[in-house]
Amino acid sequence: MELLRFATAGSVDDGKSTLIGRLLYDTKSILEDQLAAVERTSRARGDEYVNLALLLDGLKAEREQGITIDVAYRYFSTVKRKFIIADTPGHLQYTRNMVTGASTADLALILVDARKGVLEQTRRHAFIASLLRVPHLVLCINKMDLVGFDQAVFDNIREEFRQFSMKLDVQDLSFIPISALGGDNVVSRSDKMPWYEGPTLLHHLENVHIASDRNLIHVRFPVQSVIRPMSAKYHDYRAYAGQVLGGVLRPGDEVMVMPSGFTTRIRDIDLAGKSLTEAFPPMSVNVSLAEELDISRGDMLCRPGNPPTSGQDIDAMVCWLSETTTLQPGARLAIKHTTRMARAKINQLHYRLDVNTLHRDGDSTQLKLNEIGRVTLRTTVPLFFDEYQRNRYTGSFILIDEATNATVGAGMINGPAA
Amino acid sequence: MLVCCPVSYELSHLEALEAESIFIIREVAAELDRPVLLFSGGKDSAVMLHLAVKAFAPAPLPFPLMHVDTGHNFPEVLQYRDTRVAELGARLIVASVQEAIDGGRVAEEKGPRASRNRAQTVPLLEAIEKHQFNAVFGGARRDEEKARAKERVFSFRDEFGQWDPKNQRPELWSLYNARHRRGEHLRVFPLSNWTELDIWQYIDQEKVALPSIYYSHRREVFRRDGMLMAWSPFLQMLPGEEVITAEVRFRTVGDMTCTACVESSATTVEQVVNEIRASRVTERGASRADDKFSETAMEDRKREGYF
Repeated sequence: MELLRFATAGSVDDGKSTLIGRLLYDTKSILEDQLAAVERTSRARGDEYVNLALLLDGLKAEREQGITIDVAYRYFSTVKRKFIIADTPGHLQYTRNMVTGASTADLALILVDARKGVLEQTRRHAFIASLLRVPHLVLCINKMDLVGFDQAVFDNIREEFRQFSMKLDVQDLSFIPISALGGDNVVSRSDKMPWYEGPTLLHHLENVHIASDRNLIHVRFPVQSVIRPMSAKYHDYRAYAGQVLGGVLRPGDEVMVMPSGFTTRIRDIDLAGKSLTEAFPPMSVNVSLAEELDISRGDMLCRPGNPPTSGQDIDAMVCWLSETTTLQPGARLAIKHTTRMARAKINQLHYRLDVNTLHRDGDSTQLKLNEIGRVTLRTTVPLFFDEYQRNRYTGSFILIDEATNATVGAGMINGPAA
Repeated sequence: MLVCCPVSYELSHLEALEAESIFIIREVAAELDRPVLLFSGGKDSAVMLHLAVKAFAPAPLPFPLMHVDTGHNFPEVLQYRDTRVAELGARLIVASVQEAIDGGRVAEEKGPRASRNRAQTVPLLEAIEKHQFNAVFGGARRDEEKARAKERVFSFRDEFGQWDPKNQRPELWSLYNARHRRGEHLRVFPLSNWTELDIWQYIDQEKVALPSIYYSHRREVFRRDGMLMAWSPFLQMLPGEEVITAEVRFRTVGDMTCTACVESSATTVEQVVNEIRASRVTERGASRADDKFSETAMEDRKREGYF
């Protein structure tokens, strides 16, 4: 059984919570005591029907204010796959949360109200999904029951979105007409939309091909730590612990160590005493090498002919996450990239990107909370990176405020700075 | 025609979850000098410990274990705890609720529904401070409870051990921020993305040993609030409650006063997995009296510094 992570975006008005509630309910992932709690709350609030959306409100402040303020994670599974939903609130001020949820998602699910069509919010969510390189995008046109299950409404929205998405870098795009309230085309096929020949949402989630989304070509193995047992029994054991972020590693393969540039061969790959014939993303393994080299945390193993870029001057898109500070040229911050910590100085803010219009504002002097811009920065030590579009895990970094230790920025690398 | 299948490079969901958890545990050990792993002897902490051992093997576990001991333990669980600790040659720290009560630092709840569950927070925070731990591994899962659904993997705690749900650090990709000041610490939850069923499937796959009370056995129990509570000297009976003997197993294991059992004839992991697949009630709904006080009981405890 495979694992699929997907992020949902949309507001309560789009029926997002109802859709998630429907997915969980129809796959029998909501259990009796949870449903009883929701029924109690629904009754106390005087709701007309059991409000499945209440299942998703976690915190006291959210229930009091009737809003969602944070990313919530939900779990369900079918016989085919286990699903992790990163449920992100849809309002403008929560771009930060959608970026967070999308960063690990295999698929982004965006909801559109069939009566309202493609809104500014829809474009913003689609843009963020494409910026974060979520490999699969699904536009669920919801509330089809309120437009008489009319094919023309669906076709118009699909066409409008298709036009817009040509400006984005979307790799795989699907459109599904649904009614979350009635369950049409969510888990079971609707008999009210015979004109729709595609899969139901759940069928799509169960079958969309995700295995090839990982980078299996460029070997990237950042070293997390060195494992040396210091015991008589394992006197000679010395291995590098880490998670494979790209490519396939096999014993006997020639590897190059960054930053030293030394090359050697993989002697063994193991985990907990069990030797493995190969390792690929996202496996966590121990790699031991034929020769003793000076390798420590933050170094990276790659193939000699195919190394990542090593550099200190980096061109990147940054989403600012801090409520209390802004990103300005000259700022000094801590940076975490793979297993490497360094300091970074923001040299230039090229432009701020309007996430609604995609307009580039070259006159901006700072990035505020939820704003996205293109920067160049310089790091104290070289980072071993790829373009984000080539590898989401060697192409991303976070920025940390050294005074408060808060995570204040999320970065996606375009490449070395010119 | 012979069709050869391409190499798929697919991981099962358990392999993917294991890889993520091991990565998290290794990040903590690499970036923080004083971690500790909370080990209650319950199934989640047993799986977490199993993953931690795998993360560093063949080297020994690079951090100690801690048990927050309410004094109301199932003897089978204490025995299991001590056996595992001895097998691993690990160091065990016991933070005692009884000592905190005796020292007047915690007030004991009174009455037939009294529980020491909430009282665990004080000795936990005291032990963290005494040993200067800056990372505390907990076995909590996001599927357990709605406040937990919103908690980070690396969850920051201020110098009072408090969780501020509205002021959490964004967590992107697999880039965890472990930075903190002296006196502050991180709670780290490597099992965040696991569900109860995942835990049991993994226990089956990896042959993880568990305390015997997770499997069906005969026990003296009584009914309270729709749950089956284990009879013990720690729990006062209410008028009308009577002790019966039943075939039961535990879905969660905590303080004897607030952990209920379910009727079950499952004696093997496979049978337990089948029961959970068919179950229509969550494990906390079936067996935790402590979450029934209010809609926000867990959030309130967590804010104070609870696991």
